[in-house]
Amino acid sequence: MNMIKSAFASLVLAFITTGAFAAGGDVKHADVEFSFEGPFGVYDRAAVQRGLQIYQGVCSGCHGMKFVAFRTLADENGPGLSNDQIKAFIAEAGYEVEDETGELVPAQTYDYFPAVTGAGAPDMSLLAKARADGAVHIYSILTGYTGEEKEVAGTVLYENTAYPGGWINMAPPLWGDDVEYTDGTEATLEREARDVTQFLMWAAEPTLVERKQAGVRNIIFLIIFAVMLYFVNRRVWAKVKHPE
Amino acid sequence: MGNIPQDHYEPKPGTATWLEDRLPIGGLISHLQNFPTPKNLNYAYVFGGILVLFLVIQIVTGIVLSMHYQVGDEASFRSVEHIMRDVNGGWLLRYAHANGASFFFIAVYAHIFRGLYYGSYKAPRELLWIIGVLIYVVMMATAFMGYVLPWGQMSFWGAKVITSLFGAIPLVGDSLTTWLWGGPAVGEATLNRMFSLHYLLPFVIAGLTVLHIWALHHVGNTNPTGVEIRKDSIENVKKDTVPFTPYIAIKDLYAIVVFLIIFVAFTFFAPNYLGHPDNYIEANPLVTPAHIVPEWYFLPFYAILRAITDDLWIMMIMPFDAKLGGVLAMFGAIAVLAFIPWLDTSRVRSTTYRPIYRWWYWILVADFFILMWVGAKPAEGIYPIIALIGTVYWFAHFLVVLPVVGLIEKPLALPETVEDAFNKKHGINDQVSTTGKQDDAAALQPAE
Repeated sequence: MNMIKSAFASLVLAFITTGAFAAGGDVKHADVEFSFEGPFGVYDRAAVQRGLQIYQGVCSGCHGMKFVAFRTLADENGPGLSNDQIKAFIAEAGYEVEDETGELVPAQTYDYFPAVTGAGAPDMSLLAKARADGAVHIYSILTGYTGEEKEVAGTVLYENTAYPGGWINMAPPLWGDDVEYTDGTEATLEREARDVTQFLMWAAEPTLVERKQAGVRNIIFLIIFAVMLYFVNRRVWAKVKHPE
Repeated sequence: MGNIPQDHYEPKPGTATWLEDRLPIGGLISHLQNFPTPKNLNYAYVFGGILVLFLVIQIVTGIVLSMHYQVGDEASFRSVEHIMRDVNGGWLLRYAHANGASFFFIAVYAHIFRGLYYGSYKAPRELLWIIGVLIYVVMMATAFMGYVLPWGQMSFWGAKVITSLFGAIPLVGDSLTTWLWGGPAVGEATLNRMFSLHYLLPFVIAGLTVLHIWALHHVGNTNPTGVEIRKDSIENVKKDTVPFTPYIAIKDLYAIVVFLIIFVAFTFFAPNYLGHPDNYIEANPLVTPAHIVPEWYFLPFYAILRAITDDLWIMMIMPFDAKLGGVLAMFGAIAVLAFIPWLDTSRVRSTTYRPIYRWWYWILVADFFILMWVGAKPAEGIYPIIALIGTVYWFAHFLVVLPVVGLIEKPLALPETVEDAFNKKHGINDQVSTTGKQDDAAALQPAE
């Protein structure tokens, strides 16, 4: 019996450690924590809103976000913008889409952020899930530039301690004071990196808060159910195991 | 129904009798409810029930997902994001389905290794075991095809690697891969047929499961002692067994809920932990991922596939190349399971009474996990050697250890009956139980 127990314990253990099987590079990740981590994690709305400002002001030049609809900026767990704020955002940014005749018209709230492919930069809709430990990875890239650069075959590469191989072809996008935050927060490099990470995590996983809250309810229910079944099971078997 | 004496089902007069005369469904339900199950089953025996539940979870979530899923080069990835973002509860359906596959495999591996430990494959359960191996093979095909459907980078490249394996088959290999792909390369046509088959195969699994359970109910469960329950009279059957309902049903339900706690923890708090980040990048035939790694449950066999290389001396004398050698080794590593009933020469079923084989059994378990670990590593440095040693042991275990140890080993003394083993374990004294006197302290002891 003990051997069986240890067998299943090792099964479970092996399965838990399979995440460690994923091949990783020799990259330096920043020691940083986010409000959306852990079973009770939530997005920091103010940070997500500031992150949207960073995306719009800096990232959107090269990175598209084609799976995110403008209407979803109203998400209570995310940016939480009002309908009027979303319309104002679209108008201010000047987003346009083609209508059925191919003519460019102002985007509506039900339209999506555009795909931007010109610079060859990855789409940002799912970036925070498309990298191992995505949120920390994004923050680490943004704060990992050393200032060194080199030119290889006509392309300028920038040294970055968080990038596999150490050299990335994205010029340092954030320096601090890249945007003027509407809520008056001081726009340091670290602040900006944190904020845009919050925003990109939300963009990749808008249902994260709903999911974790449902998870807590489910786990509590199942634990209570399991305890009840444990005692029911004991009661049912009592007359077999302890006949009188 | 089976060959275990069981109380005969007497339908109540009226509708039940009318129905029973025409379709004996009442008798079937009664048989299932009261099925005599060895009273000494431990918690290693709960995974069959868990597997049935997970088959149902996968089919139900899968059917609803397919209502929102689209097949197409761009449509597939976009429709999965549509499910994740716009469909009510879509994120839950998809994460439950993706993690459900992983937990399905955790349960099936536990179920298989339980069968190996307790000799569940030995006569008269050879067919029961072989049907189980078939279910496992179809499960693997289904899981592979399901992983292709989101059409991310790992979907695409995984499909390319696995379907290319068939190219190793002599003469017809190239034509066969083209036929499988439905074109000159892995593309939309491949994706479309993967979807079709991913919808079909679960029902094949369900059909095989019915056969598996039918065979089980004919021959009866094994149990940790490996001693058959007495089938000579209903009285003796009742001494060795308990009716499935409520005893086993409630115990299985308890185990299911405990298992679900872990499943739910992954689904809700770490839904992408068992997946691969690259699959959140759209499939791109022009960009090869740095490491193409299959899902964790394929890793032991992936390690065996890669363990066969051209520089092995055995490959130098073989009339085919290492690619075919690897494919044969991988499929052989699974196929060998079907022959275990005839490879095991031991007189006793349960490893509990096998002092020598016990050690080899745990080496096999360790070998399985080592192969799983090395399967995720790049094929360089020390890893290919480890994979090769693991592969050699995998085959040696079944083809050499199992037949030889069974012949030379002297098993420990078996209990006379299941009842004896059960009474001994729970300190039930026949005298005490018949006189109706029992020590209060003993009665308060917690059930195990």
